[in-house]
Amino acid sequence: MSEVQKPEIRFPILGQKAPDFEALTTQGTLRLSDYKGTWLILFSHPADFTPVCTTEFMAFAKIYDDLKKRNTELLGLSVDSVSSHIAWIKNVEEKMGVKLTFPIIADLNKEVAHKFGMIHPEQSKTETVRCTFVIDPESKIRAMIYYPLTTGRNMNEILRLIDALQTTDKNKVATPANWKPGDPVVVPPPATIEQAEARLKEGYDCKDWYLCMKKLPEGQ
Amino acid sequence: MPCVAPDGKPTSSGMATLKSLKDGASTPEEVAGKTGQPLFRVRSGLRELKNAGFVEEIEGKYSLSKNGETAIQ
Repeated sequence: MSEVQKPEIRFPILGQKAPDFEALTTQGTLRLSDYKGTWLILFSHPADFTPVCTTEFMAFAKIYDDLKKRNTELLGLSVDSVSSHIAWIKNVEEKMGVKLTFPIIADLNKEVAHKFGMIHPEQSKTETVRCTFVIDPESKIRAMIYYPLTTGRNMNEILRLIDALQTTDKNKVATPANWKPGDPVVVPPPATIEQAEARLKEGYDCKDWYLCMKKLPEGQ
Repeated sequence: MPCVAPDGKPTSSGMATLKSLKDGASTPEEVAGKTGQPLFRVRSGLRELKNAGFVEEIEGKYSLSKNGETAIQ
């Protein structure tokens, strides 16, 4: 008896260019490259007209203005059709009073889903799991979060992640556990003995040579 | 489609894009600035308008075609 051939599952890699695509969406045909110059949150959900997804989409809609202030766009995806997306968008507005104004990809042939490793067969062989990709203005994948079908995402964490990545880029620093804007940031660790010895005299708040923090000027 | 309707005519956002080109915009960034549309939609819309023959593009700079001129009259 021959073994059943399982489809190859490909996952993007942090720091790599996100695979480009052209996809039908609720706002026309979009390419990933249309987002060049802006940050993008590309996120998948299992299916339209399902409860956890509906709560997530309303939550994404709630933070959309906050994301736009951070030069960040939203692009949803599921393997449903454009007609299904439109019916769901209208239903959410009518029944829940929330307008979903960001585009949603209708990935019926799963082309985008496979490029981004969004289908995890142990969760569902046909639906996408709850993936979130943060893609920077140069189209590089900067962060990925995968949640199972049962668990809705946390929008505060998504905003925090964008803030952290943008702060890192702007100030060449890292951000510690549970960091939020305004908190001290981590100074990159020294790379040589000489730098390590100098580090303690550089005026940072150092617990030791490898763990030094500093406050950024307001608004940075 | 956001900029071209199924009957082949420009939609309201398509018309706004065409008018911004007539008013001197030529890059997607300039069109976004004049119309207030997000940049990703402008890029997608310009592609549609170009495919529909309303817009011409040379090395990333867009201008109205004859059809585009006619459409906004």
